Amino acid sequence: MERFLIIGSGPAAISAIETIRGKGSKVEITLLSEEPYIPYSRPLISYLLAGKIEEERLFYKGRDFYERYGVKAFLEEPAVEVNIREGIVYSTKGRKFTYDKLLIAAGGKPIIPAVEGKELKGVFTFTTLNDAKNIAKYLEVEKAERVLIVGGGLIGLKATEALLEWNLNITLVELADRILSLTLDKKASNILQWRLEKESVKVITSNTVQEIRGQKKVEEVSLRSGEILPCDMLIFAIGVAPSVSFLRESGVEINRGIIVNEKMETNIPNIYAAGDVVEIKNIISGKNQPIAIWPNATEGGKVAGANMLGEDKFYPGTFPMNSVEVCGIPTISMGLTEPEGNDYEVFSKEEGINYRKVILRDNRVVGAVFVGNIERAGIFCGLIKDHLDVSPFKSRLLDDDFGLIYLPREYRKRKIEEAIGL
Amino acid sequence: MKRIYIHEEYCIGCRLCEIHCIAQHSRSKKLIKAFKEEFPRPLPRLVVEESGYISFALQCRHCEDAPCLSACLTGAMYRDEKTKAVLHDKDKCVGCWMCIMVCPFGVIKRDENNKIVSKCDLCNGEEVPACVANCPNEALEYR
Repeated sequence: MERFLIIGSGPAAISAIETIRGKGSKVEITLLSEEPYIPYSRPLISYLLAGKIEEERLFYKGRDFYERYGVKAFLEEPAVEVNIREGIVYSTKGRKFTYDKLLIAAGGKPIIPAVEGKELKGVFTFTTLNDAKNIAKYLEVEKAERVLIVGGGLIGLKATEALLEWNLNITLVELADRILSLTLDKKASNILQWRLEKESVKVITSNTVQEIRGQKKVEEVSLRSGEILPCDMLIFAIGVAPSVSFLRESGVEINRGIIVNEKMETNIPNIYAAGDVVEIKNIISGKNQPIAIWPNATEGGKVAGANMLGEDKFYPGTFPMNSVEVCGIPTISMGLTEPEGNDYEVFSKEEGINYRKVILRDNRVVGAVFVGNIERAGIFCGLIKDHLDVSPFKSRLLDDDFGLIYLPREYRKRKIEEAIGL
Repeated sequence: MKRIYIHEEYCIGCRLCEIHCIAQHSRSKKLIKAFKEEFPRPLPRLVVEESGYISFALQCRHCEDAPCLSACLTGAMYRDEKTKAVLHDKDKCVGCWMCIMVCPFGVIKRDENNKIVSKCDLCNGEEVPACVANCPNEALEYR
């Protein structure tokens, strides 16, 4: 029987397994996971830390996922080396795993900068369930009150929001001149910063941590500006990088992430990759880059799974997008949100905390930002994907009643038919 | 699977579909009770679009390749194995709005009272969904 080996247990791995079994295949599936847990949803750890959900809710595929899908899973046993010539993967426990086809879905690793004191107690990242549990434990045991969050991106804001439920004294330090600088535009960043400050979060921009000091645990932090901040806990939320270190010598082609084609094949026959570990085509820029978002992982995993079974499926790529709610203000952003240069046409509209902006290039939507009122934001996601010429109705894009009715009738009809497979 | 088909040329923009959708998803399932006594009133799970003399009602297409299923990070959005409908389990939803971000039809809504999303469930096993059953001009069809 054919043997499939999967490295990783995140959404790319899960959706590949669901695809493989969904097509009725009985291949042998073995999986190596760095996690001590059955598959869970990492983005939910902020809801757990905030006390909004129970731990059980994280196991979004059910406790019996591996049994139901006939997967032989090895937990807390990540891969350390891939030998492509012999078709063997070595694990941290020294075990050998052979395969006929390999899927690398190892995800990303949080970036920890090389600052002095990063090994002190009280320094955390915020990516895994154990991170969330360790943070909660530390807060309780050490009675930590002053928390410094390093990084004002998605993970930093999620951590901030969760910790607001703990009634802590929170400072957020961001290297760029505004929070969420990679995903939102300036106006949206300002709205969220204002909202955080209203909750007494201290936001420091254009600055970063230079040194972490303390006897055994974190006691204070010095910033690049020279400022000294006393703190009991520090969370690094700078970002994630594709987890590819175990592949460096393997012969699998890597840039920042693993390089794959539209079939999610690597340069090595029978080795596929998907999710946060790969560089995927950004259909707006045309360039490949890691796009660490959930839908990209599930879509890539689905295509990889089908192709591992010998099908001929393609994933044309995606673009960065995200949905973040901060203190009751929802935001959705997609594509280019703060474009530079003269090639763009920008429409925007603002009413209180409700803010919408759409960015066009050559009469095609290439980006959008929604704050407060996020209703029907997905229509713009569709317009970006379909590369539709919006010139006949571009003055309507920000109308309150903007919808499919303003799109060309033929396009609308085809879109509705395509959705149901006609 | 059985689906709702839209005939926009027959739509008269009366919004009876919307009203009956609300009633169907209320606790009492009775029109007057739903509007007079139940608060917060349930959201309509469809959108009526109108511009000039064109109008139509749009509800979840229950897509074959549904972006909301790929985007859902809680397992709340799922495909019903029997009917193939895309359904939403409100007990699993945390209101992350990822599905709203990717739905190209814009038919998943924020239920702000409950901090979760709300979408068409094809009236959960009813022989004919309420919007179709109450359309006076056959602008909606279920087959």
